[in-house]
Parts: sequence; C-alpha cells; structure tokens
Amino acid sequence: MDLLSALLQGILLGGLYALFATGLSFMFGVMRIVNLAHGALAVFAAYGVLILVRAGITNPLLALLIVVPLMAALGYLLQRTILQRTLTESPLPSLLVTFGLSIIIENLLLLTQSANQQRLSLGALDTASISLFGGIRIGVFPLCVLIFTLLVLTALSLLMRKTQFGRLVRAVSDDPDTVALSGASPKHIYGIAAAIAFGLVAVAGMANGVQAGFNPTSGGLLLIFAFEAVIIGGLGSLWGTLLGAMLLGVVQTVTASFDSTLFQFAGHLVFFVFLVFLPNGLIRRKVRL
Amino acid sequence: MTASVQPPTPTQAIRVAPRIRRFGRASYLGLGVSALLVIVLAVLPYYVPLGSTREVTNLFIYVILATSWNLLAGFGGMVSIGQQAYIGLGAYGLVTLAGLLGMNQLLAIPFVALVCAVIAIPISYAVFRLVGGYFAVGTWVVAEMIRLLTIRVPELGGGSGISVAPMPGLDRDMRIAVGYWAALVVAVLVIAGVVLIARSKLGLALMAVRDEPVAAATSGVNVTSAKRIVFVVAAAAAGAAGALLAISTLNVQPTAVYGVQWSAYMIFIVVIGGVGSIEGPLIGAFLFWALQVLLADYGELYLIGLGVLGVVMVLFAPGGIWGLITRKQRVNLFPIGYRLDQR
Repeated sequence: MDLLSALLQGILLGGLYALFATGLSFMFGVMRIVNLAHGALAVFAAYGVLILVRAGITNPLLALLIVVPLMAALGYLLQRTILQRTLTESPLPSLLVTFGLSIIIENLLLLTQSANQQRLSLGALDTASISLFGGIRIGVFPLCVLIFTLLVLTALSLLMRKTQFGRLVRAVSDDPDTVALSGASPKHIYGIAAAIAFGLVAVAGMANGVQAGFNPTSGGLLLIFAFEAVIIGGLGSLWGTLLGAMLLGVVQTVTASFDSTLFQFAGHLVFFVFLVFLPNGLIRRKVRL
Repeated sequence: MTASVQPPTPTQAIRVAPRIRRFGRASYLGLGVSALLVIVLAVLPYYVPLGSTREVTNLFIYVILATSWNLLAGFGGMVSIGQQAYIGLGAYGLVTLAGLLGMNQLLAIPFVALVCAVIAIPISYAVFRLVGGYFAVGTWVVAEMIRLLTIRVPELGGGSGISVAPMPGLDRDMRIAVGYWAALVVAVLVIAGVVLIARSKLGLALMAVRDEPVAAATSGVNVTSAKRIVFVVAAAAAGAAGALLAISTLNVQPTAVYGVQWSAYMIFIVVIGGVGSIEGPLIGAFLFWALQVLLADYGELYLIGLGVLGVVMVLFAPGGIWGLITRKQRVNLFPIGYRLDQR
C-alpha cells in the first residue's frame, strides 16, 4: 500500500513538473530558445507572490492574479527587447543570454531576500487530503495542480490547433520570414508566446512554493526537472511531456519511499537511461509542438 | 602592382601572387611577449607576498577553465554548463590519489586529468544525443549525478567535504609557491594545447562544424569524433583545474567544487573576453580575476554586474573585448589563422 501511495504521489508531482516543462517546451517549440532562466524565473515569481503576501494580500492565489500578468508582461518585453536579438542560426547567443539572466535573477534574490527556505501557505489547503480506498490519502492541492496542468495542456493544444493565433504560431515556428511576408509580425507572435510561457512559469513557481518551498538558488533544480520531463516524454510532444513528468515524479517518489536521499538521483538516472536507450522519449512526433 | 596597359606576363603573375603565412608580425610579438610574461610569472613568487601568490594561482585556474570552455563553445559550438563535473572529479581525484593512496600531489595532477578524460568518453556518448540548449542542461544533469554519487562515498567525507593534507616536506611558503608553479605550467600547457588544436586540421574541422555542421559533414568532416575529442580534452583541463584548486585550497567541499557557479564564471569570462579566440578568454580571465580581487566583498552585486555585462556583450559586442580591439584590423597574437600577404 505504501508503494501505491508513493505511486499516486509521484503522478501528482508529475503534474507540477509538467507545468514547469510546458513553458520550457513551448518557448523552444515556437522560437527555438531553450530558456535556461526558466527555473530562476519560477523562483522569481514565487518571491513576487511572497512579497505580495507579506504586503497584505494574504492569499497567494489572489497574489497570483497580480504576478501572472506582470510575469507575462515581463516575458513579452524581454522577448521583444533582449531575446529577439539572440535569435540567430547559432544557439550560442540565446543560451548565453538566458544563462546570464538566470545568474542575475538568482543573485538579485540572494541580495534582496534571505537565503532561507521559504514556503507559501494556502492555509488549510496546504495539508488537506482526500481519503481513498485502503487508507491511502492524496493531497488536495497537488491534485488541483495536476487538474490545472491538464486544463492548461488541453487549452494550449486547442489554441494551437483550432485558432487563428495557433496557426500563426505554428507558421512562425516553421518559417518566420514567410509569415512576415504575409503581413503578420513574427516578433509580436514570439512576444505573446514568451508571455504565455512566463505566465505559466509564474503559476508553476507559486505551486512549487506551496508544495515544496523555495530559496533563491532552487531555480536550477526546477529547470533540470522540467528538462528531464521534456526529454523523457520526447521532444516536441506536449502530452509526451506530461507522461515524462509523471514517470519522473513516480520514479522519484517511489525511490524516495525506500531511501529518501535518493530522490534526486533516481530522477536523474531515469533521464539518463532514457537518453542512452530511448533517446526519442516516450512519444516522438514529427510535428513539432 | 604597377598600373600597366599590358596584361601581366606569366612571370609577373607569379611574382605578384599572394603569399600565405601563419605568422604575422603580431604573432611574433605575441609569442615574444607571452614568453616574457611566463618568465616574469615564474619568478613572481620570490617577489610578492604569499597572499598574492595564492591570488594569482586562482587567476591561472580561471585561465585554464576559460580556455578549455572556449575550446568547447567557441571552437566546438558546444555550450556546456556542466564542466563543474570534471572540476569536482579533479578535486576529489586528487584527494583520492594523493590523500588516500599517498601519491605525490604534483604527479597526481596528470593522472587526475587522464581519469577525467576517460570518464568523459562514455559521458559524451550520452550527452551528444542532445544538441544546443538541451545539451547544455544535459551536461548539468551529469554534473549533478556525479555530485550526488560523490557525497555518498563516506571515505571522501560525504556531504561535508574533506581536507587535503599539505605536501609533505615543504614549508608553507614553498608549498603555496609549488601550487602556483603547477597551476602556471598547466595553464601554459592548456593554452598551447588549444593553440595547437586550433591550428590543426581538427581545429579547422571544428570551426567548420560550429559554423555549418551539415556542410562540414558533407565535406567529409567526422563531426561527432571532432566534437568528442574536444569534449574529452576540455574535461581533462577542467579536471586538472579541479586538482589544482584542491592543492591550493587544501579543502574540497562538494557544493563548492560541483557548483554551477563555475559554469557561470567560465561563460562570463569567455563572453566578456571574446568567444572563439585564444586571446579573449585570457583577457576575460584577467578582468574577472582582477574585479574579483577588488570587489570580493560585494559577492552578489559583483555577479549581477558581470551577468549584465555578459548579456550586453552577447547582444552588442559578440566578439567580446578582443573583438572590439581587433574590430579595425585582424590581429592574431597566436598564430592560429592564415593570412594572405598581398605584395
């Protein structure tokens, strides 16, 4: 029964990882940027929520209503001003700039906030759990995160497949110059894609803040988990990423139920095994994104 | 060429044919100045206080790391943020060979570098499945795995680290000086090695791969093996740097040696100095080191400043400081390119 419990916890944890990974793979899918600042931005947003909570908005979910639009605006601005300039044939500039951003954000937080572990609280929801059969309990909040992730993934894939904006994004992803010829602005579309990714990472950062807590330097590990979920799931597949995230979460929690110090290593190991033996991941689709 | 109405005769044409040279005036000057600098640096410990000797040892370690990272990214096109894997392995390798097995510390450095090179070979097969940004994060994951494995070895001090016994038979001054000389020798070897690689057919292949991998592959360049050689050489250099770090600080802590901040240092040094040149990382390393010595108390603010400078450099001066210096005229202090002399 402990094993089954760990399995369920892992699937729920996968929901959180998938939320992180969605923003990462969305930016890569649209503008071929691997945003190395992804984890740092999540932590940045979590501190944004924390600051608002301390300023009097006691519910982090309400604070999120302010932080998400701000992060989205930051994403749009950053894309238009800085990241757009790094979009060259070579991946070098975008990697160096996003890594630089992650170091800047991390040290900014170290400078202005304490290095202590912080946690966001939703009151009773933090520890609320539902009883299932056989005395197994699952947390309400992680379940909410998983449901939210499923909603986001459904909305994103509908957006990409059914709407005019989705068609534009896919077109820009394939050939920005031709899209520009037909009158649309690839830069604007890139900006909106970055805004979506930044908004999602803000939610993920807050959710992680409630579930696991954070400190100024915890962004690196978040980036790694998101990346592992993407690779395990298979590059370019949103639903594959969800499966990859769940597998990552399950392996971590099940291993941790035997030896809690192996939590991180087990996750890295399953990523490594996939890299060596199944480099295409669980689901490989020809259509990118 | 004289303005002539007549077309040049074959003999004239031969006489005005351009000559291709590797050594320009700047290269002779550069090598001369470098040789002089190495001699000055070699005798420095006799003239400066002990603290300065130790500081300059750090400069050499930065030079080694930056030069080898530049070989990876600047010549090989591989952005790694996981070189700390080999820095840590190098430091712990020294602890194992010298501390636990009783090998001479100086002798242990080349062994440690070799071990890191050997370990990098199987790793390369895994991470080479990834490209671009995913390669970068993949190397970081490998570094994390090695860190997590290291702290599980109780003989190596676990999570709290382990100290290195100072070299036996030497007083404190001499010990620091010996560490300094070892770092200087490794730095010179790494720079010379990268110059030789950049001059060689391999260097040419690498730059072709970096600039246009498909075209390079269709021209017969074995892309993967060229990259693998560079990956392994860079790992060996980072391993040697880690061993030197352990000798210099006499204390190896897992969070310090396996920290991703090393990658940040390497990237900032190379980007600010000039990626893809031999001179750039040297300028960058000196600047980074000098600022660190001056601004040691400002920790975070210093890194924020460097980060901003690095981002600005990538956006507005992709050639770094060396690129700005040589904007008007191409200068090679190290003879890695070819120049065409029009006589």
